[in-house]
Amino acid sequence: MTLSMCLYLGAALLCIGIYGVLTRKNAIGVLLSVEAMANSVNVNLVAMSRYFGGTTSQLFAIFVMTITVAEVAVGLALVILFYRALQHTTLDEATQLRH
Amino acid sequence: MLELVGFGVIASVAIVAALAVVLWRNLVHSVLWLAVLLLATAALFILLGASFLGGIQIMLYAGGVVTLMLFAIMLTRRRGGVGVENETAPQRRFPALLASGTLFAAMAWAIHRTEGLPTEPQVPIQTSDLGFAFLSDHVLAFEVLSVLLLAATIGAIVIARRRDFGDAGPARPLRGAGSRIVRGRAR
Repeated sequence: MTLSMCLYLGAALLCIGIYGVLTRKNAIGVLLSVEAMANSVNVNLVAMSRYFGGTTSQLFAIFVMTITVAEVAVGLALVILFYRALQHTTLDEATQLRH
Repeated sequence: MLELVGFGVIASVAIVAALAVVLWRNLVHSVLWLAVLLLATAALFILLGASFLGGIQIMLYAGGVVTLMLFAIMLTRRRGGVGVENETAPQRRFPALLASGTLFAAMAWAIHRTEGLPTEPQVPIQTSDLGFAFLSDHVLAFEVLSVLLLAATIGAIVIARRRDFGDAGPARPLRGAGSRIVRGRAR
């Protein structure tokens, strides 16, 4: 197992997540893909900390996790508000800022 | 050698789970595949010597975020089946495939061309080192992060609180100064 294998894995997961963000219609589906992308960044950071040493990259991974969780909380609150206003969660039909 | 086999198993599970998250038609199953992906990543973290991060990953993501997502799906589900509510947009499939494929090719080329990537792992970092770094060199970032979490929590509550959308049901009055306004709107 070398560093480049972990980097390839992280790149593959990131690109799969990007495909999901671009194609999903449902707002929660998009949030799930964003989670997968943030996760792939953490794979890279932890692999770097293993092969270069030092604590900074693991601290960055913890920051990424925390910010992702905050983003999920706000994002799901927005999705629930969206559903309450329009009775669905399809992003293609969300064309107005106000209801 | 054993490490390599473990990495291969974890990587294939993670990629299959990520593809299932992105492509599966049933949204609830998609969330469960996301849990598989996050657990595979936690196993990879432990394999890479970052067992503290692996533990956080299991507790925070596989425990918390997945549950939160399932709650949100149950709250926003239309009546009558969850089967087809998560389909991908057919007209966007090819451009998205092109974009993500191009990006992966670029990143793989960059990783391939980079020389001098280390192949021998360093000594794993102890959890106590992480805690020490958090409270010495990076203490400002740590405090800002906690303020961010507080702001995000309050913001999520404020956004999702029932207010004045149509037939949203009776508003729950809050205790304190704001309660009279909320009650007045509900009537």
